[in-house]
Amino acid sequence: MLVVVFAASVLCLTACSKKDSAAPKEIKIGFNIPLTGDIPKVGEESKFAGEMLKEAINAAGGLEVGGQKYKLNFVYADNESKAESAVSVALKLIEKDQVLAIVGPNSSKQAVPAGQACDDNRTPMISPWSTNPDATLNRPWVFRAAFLDPFQGPVAADFAMEQFGAKTAAVLFALANDYSKGLAEIFQADFEKKNGPGSVVAFESYGDKDQDFSAQLTKIIAAKPDFIFLPNNYNEVALIVKQAHDLGWTGPFMGADAWGNSELMTLCGDDCKGQYFSTHYAAAGATGATKEFIDKYTAKYGYEPADVAALTWDATNILLKAIQDMGSLGNDLKENRKNLRDALANVAEFHGITGTMKFDAQGDPIKCAVVVKINDNGKFEFTKSVCP
Amino acid sequence: MLASILQNIINALQWGSFYSLIALGYTLVYGVLLLINFAHGDIFMVGAYIAFFVATFFLSMTTLPGWMVLALTIPLGMILTALVGVSLERIAYRPLRRKGAHRLYVVITALMCGLVLENGNLALLGASRKSFPELIDKVVYTVGTVTMTNLKVAVILSALLTFAILQFIVTKTKIGMAMRAISYDKFAVPLMGIPIDTVIVFTFVLGSAFAGLAGLLFALSYPILDPYMGAMIGWKAFIAAVVGGIGDIRGAFFGGFLLGFVEILVVAFFPSTYRDLIAFSILLVILCIKPTGLFGVAKTTKI
Repeated sequence: MLVVVFAASVLCLTACSKKDSAAPKEIKIGFNIPLTGDIPKVGEESKFAGEMLKEAINAAGGLEVGGQKYKLNFVYADNESKAESAVSVALKLIEKDQVLAIVGPNSSKQAVPAGQACDDNRTPMISPWSTNPDATLNRPWVFRAAFLDPFQGPVAADFAMEQFGAKTAAVLFALANDYSKGLAEIFQADFEKKNGPGSVVAFESYGDKDQDFSAQLTKIIAAKPDFIFLPNNYNEVALIVKQAHDLGWTGPFMGADAWGNSELMTLCGDDCKGQYFSTHYAAAGATGATKEFIDKYTAKYGYEPADVAALTWDATNILLKAIQDMGSLGNDLKENRKNLRDALANVAEFHGITGTMKFDAQGDPIKCAVVVKINDNGKFEFTKSVCP
Repeated sequence: MLASILQNIINALQWGSFYSLIALGYTLVYGVLLLINFAHGDIFMVGAYIAFFVATFFLSMTTLPGWMVLALTIPLGMILTALVGVSLERIAYRPLRRKGAHRLYVVITALMCGLVLENGNLALLGASRKSFPELIDKVVYTVGTVTMTNLKVAVILSALLTFAILQFIVTKTKIGMAMRAISYDKFAVPLMGIPIDTVIVFTFVLGSAFAGLAGLLFALSYPILDPYMGAMIGWKAFIAAVVGGIGDIRGAFFGGFLLGFVEILVVAFFPSTYRDLIAFSILLVILCIKPTGLFGVAKTTKI
């Protein structure tokens, strides 16, 4: 019996390696991520998660598709956290690097325009972190691994009403950021539906690269809301929270998933402790595969990964699963992209480290959100899980 | 309502202070050389980073209390930033001036220097943000419903003090007189035995040192540093200097506060979406009425 198994495996090995030596095959996937600009940590975590996955799979000989092993080749391109750069990076990856598919961009500000470029050029794209509905809306080639803002907005509103007993709210958002603006509007609509018109007592915005928010915050504090909703990137959150405290605000803040970054606490410090935000997963107290991922990442890169790393891990895995579902890879890149899109559209359910996702017709996952509290040690502590 | 207006006046005074401090540097260099030093906003950024490194160095190497570290960081940061400003002048502007290049080319060189500073910072230090340490305990004073912090008061006082010092140097000292003389006639002045290069270097020292001070105060007030933080505020401060009448110290000082007030008050009374639109339309109107700026006088000696 043993001999037979041994012989069979040797046969397979020789057969496989013969094929390999004939044509060293690889699968090229592009990453459209912000390595510089406003949110460099997001790009870094995305890249590290991709590297970790690539190394694990390549160490095992590569990804097996239809009986053949393919080495993975990930191309990381920097979109500078800018909408226009995200489009040119997408086009570069599609045309110059000839990638099979694209992971990213992460922020909706980049994912919405880059999604259009990918859809126009018939290249599958999966955004790990974008929550704005427009990123995938009516775009058959664009997918995502994160829940949507129309789900996240009400989660934040419900939580604040329950936790702070809030009847009124104020919102401060970034006007030039699709994510921030979209979520702010969804939140406003939902909160006013539940608490009556006018219950969002201040709805203020700021521009790109603004660093002083004192005028907006003065207006907000004068309106005496029960809490302030901040659907902003972590670098701005740190400034806003500090300035609000300088202006005498002592009430609570409620944040959204863009808060969840390992840099938030280094930038914000004590000012952010005790605040809540909705996000994709909670690193503190995770179990199973999620814990395994967190431990491995922390050991390798020296800090705890935020949601964007976990979502990149999931998004890339969904992509790899779809590639395997294709059955085989031909030589025609266009056809491969088309088949991959179909395979992605057919992924009905996926068990990732950020939870189980069921995909709807639009390519959006239906999954749970968690609300975390920033505890006194600056850790993101699980508070509540909300499922659709 | 009244409390809200008072609060916004304090906000505007703080925000305007930064514009003023940076605008003063633009106006000094323009006054002497007729050069718009577009790298000035980035020198401000370099100043913030230098302050960051000096402060973290003292915090990690010594056990000095925060206020002492701050007391050491202010002069050291100003001196080091001044060195950067002077190096720029030596490396980029002086050779062009020696060759008699047109002012336009020097301005374009200044733009490039700004980009070199931004991207040099990005390449050397990486894209990750730096968080400025809290050197002094923030105290929030509340009078009625109006609040201010000790830091805000310090920023506003620093801007006033800087203005007074510069005004004194330029109008009351010998080197100030030399600066005004060069501004009047760059070719006749050397013939009188005035060392023109020394005066120009001194101008850059003054401008950059106060940009360094602005960088430090900015980093204390908005403690997140990134390589592009100087770009936008630099442009706006330049606009403030032009509205005030570039080349005139009072103009830069007043223009900076004016811009601060307009920006903050627009947000206070209009939807905040219109901040830059309305703020800059107002400035445009001012310039249409008085193209040389509020304190500017056409074609006469400035500074």
